[in-house]
Amino acid sequence: MTSVSELCDLCGKISDLRLSASDMFDFYFDLPLWFRLVLQGTIVILVLFPLAAACSMAERKISAWIQGRPGPNRTIPPFLAWIPGINIIRNLGLFQLAADGGKFTFKEDPVPGNVNKFYFILAPILSMIPALSTIAFVPFGAYFKTLADGTRELTPIILANTDLGLLAVFAVSSLGVYSLILAGWASNSKYPFLGGVRASAQLISYELSMTLSILPVFLWVNAPGGEGTLSLFNVVQTQSQPGFLGGMWYIFLMPLSAFIFLTALFAETNRQPFDMPESESDLVGGFHTEYGAFKWSLFFVAEYAHMIVGSGIFCLLFLGGWNPLPWVTLADTANLLGIAGIPLLMGLLGITLFLGKVGFFIFFFMWVRWTLPRFRYDQVMNLGWKKLLPLSIANLIFYAIAIAVKDLYFPNL
Amino acid sequence: MSDILFHLFSLLTVACALGVVLNKNAVASALCLLVCLTGIAGLFVLLDAFLLAVLTVFVYAGAVVALFLFIIMLLDMQGGDRKPFTKASIVAGAASVGLLCTGLYTFIVRGHIDSPALSDTPAHGSSLRAYAELLFTTYLLPVQIVGFLLLIAMLGVIVISKKFEGLEDIK
Amino acid sequence: MATITVERKPLSFLERTYIPNVVAGLTTTFKRMIKPTETLQYPEQRPAIPTGYRGVPTLVNDPNGREKCVSCQLCEFVCPPKAIRITPGEIANDDPNAHVEKRPKAFEIDMLRCIYCGLCQEVCPEEAIFLQNQYSMTGYTRAEMVNDKARLYELGGTLPDQHYKWDKKKSAAEAASHGGHH
Repeated sequence: MTSVSELCDLCGKISDLRLSASDMFDFYFDLPLWFRLVLQGTIVILVLFPLAAACSMAERKISAWIQGRPGPNRTIPPFLAWIPGINIIRNLGLFQLAADGGKFTFKEDPVPGNVNKFYFILAPILSMIPALSTIAFVPFGAYFKTLADGTRELTPIILANTDLGLLAVFAVSSLGVYSLILAGWASNSKYPFLGGVRASAQLISYELSMTLSILPVFLWVNAPGGEGTLSLFNVVQTQSQPGFLGGMWYIFLMPLSAFIFLTALFAETNRQPFDMPESESDLVGGFHTEYGAFKWSLFFVAEYAHMIVGSGIFCLLFLGGWNPLPWVTLADTANLLGIAGIPLLMGLLGITLFLGKVGFFIFFFMWVRWTLPRFRYDQVMNLGWKKLLPLSIANLIFYAIAIAVKDLYFPNL
Repeated sequence: MSDILFHLFSLLTVACALGVVLNKNAVASALCLLVCLTGIAGLFVLLDAFLLAVLTVFVYAGAVVALFLFIIMLLDMQGGDRKPFTKASIVAGAASVGLLCTGLYTFIVRGHIDSPALSDTPAHGSSLRAYAELLFTTYLLPVQIVGFLLLIAMLGVIVISKKFEGLEDIK
Repeated sequence: MATITVERKPLSFLERTYIPNVVAGLTTTFKRMIKPTETLQYPEQRPAIPTGYRGVPTLVNDPNGREKCVSCQLCEFVCPPKAIRITPGEIANDDPNAHVEKRPKAFEIDMLRCIYCGLCQEVCPEEAIFLQNQYSMTGYTRAEMVNDKARLYELGGTLPDQHYKWDKKKSAAEAASHGGHH
């Protein structure tokens, strides 16, 4: 008899466990903080890593379309071929992507003789660290959090919401150069070595103009007497104000900054026309000449992850982040659609808008890659030091004066 | 937790600092320096000085050590044979070790650090605003002087490295 | 000397910024991207074969279903890589095609040797061997790559004929047997 009563008890408990959304939220927020953070970080990496891998397929497809080819479109596992409509996935090359992933994982991973083994293996691992950890400081979207007193507060969806946002991104991503240098040096071979030397020179050169070009944005964001912050969320917030200037995206307000930042971003992510460390036409494969299989693919996942984070930062700084249009904010849109009160839907809307913009920029990166020829090494250095750096300093001085004049004489504009 | 982390980062920093000095390979030395700086950044984080931590990583770990590596690789420096100690270098080494020990002794034994409770210490290194305010008010003069020194150093480098024989050719 | 020095125009400011050229390049590639692709999806789509194409050599029948080859072996002798092997055969008297001179007992073309030169077609006095549209020969073994007689006729099929040589011979033979004199 006891077993029957136990069973009834259990049934009652199960019926209590109706999986309503609020219960799930409660369950989630009752978890210990560290566990939630680990879970969030893991999820973000689990999204970012395949996304970066998928970029390689996007690159092959876009290069194919630009060259008048259809690109990889034939691979399909035979046991899936009966599913109607699966040819769309086949034509997009997604099975090819999976096959490539499998190949990279399982093929023989040679370590050439005469390499410095420790650093040779360390380099691709090191390339993943900045690539995957910078995402922690990038907000993807926002939602209304209902506070205890009933008011709503716009809250960013971000792993680490610090004051230092952008500075932290720059700091961590600046460590990415070591993987290239180490790979080039440890390979103990001439072409990788040249690639490593070029990488170290190029990445440091363009870091300067990159940092200087975004200073006007923060001069504008941090009005006198304000908080004083480098948070990317705040940058988006200041692009979501009412009024003509308030709702304006910074790409219209500071086109030169955006241009310099974008150019430097191309150089920092080693994309054509600035892929000096790799330049396969003159250096075989540059820093990764001696690499193969999984280690090689790690370098590329890292490059694409850098591209994703870089595009994300560009969108946040200059394209209004998750706001759908200039002068139209996410909050307005959510109110219009009537989902402002549902954090899940509003968050998803923000993330979708943000990822859409990032996707466009990744497309832009690839579009430029298959359009422009590579710069010569001395041209890269000339452009970096003699053109972009003075230009970004002039830009900074101009905006410093302009913002000072605006604050002094037109404070209400 | 933070105690364990403190010991971890300290150990890392000290071990890597030793690695910088003791390594025969210049590249390995530079990488030890990199890890050492990262450890220091970790210590700053434990002190809630996030800005300093980030700046250490950004400026030193991200740029300065990369430049070191660039130079090492460009000049292709090998470990090679070490020059035997000369008398002068022994004397100089002993003198500097003595000075360092004296300094440390004075600092530990004689120095009076009125350490107020941790919560009372203004966290200058944590927020951008506090840091910038100090930089542009209290420490404006030292910052300017250091900047000037750096400018002089840069001019010196240009003077030393540039050949001025064909000066009329430079337009 | 016929050296012409071309005056190089100095670049304008806009040209030196690269930006108009970059934009022009991007426009070109974008236009290319939205155009349909040029690629032929090969196994499903076949290329159009131009007339006069020299594909795999084949044997043909005449429209009355007779083998045109009389196994004269000229093609075997002319074949530069010696890809053709012919075993000549007689035609029995009671065969409906008895009026035809001869026919090959076996006819083999080794496609691993064939160089598609078309000399066999050129030399054939009976217009029995043609290099036709078939361009893709594949096989898993060497033996599979040797086309035997049946396969050659299967590939060749029937081609239109102008002469009907064997019809004439037949009617001549029949007239002779009826008329009683040659």
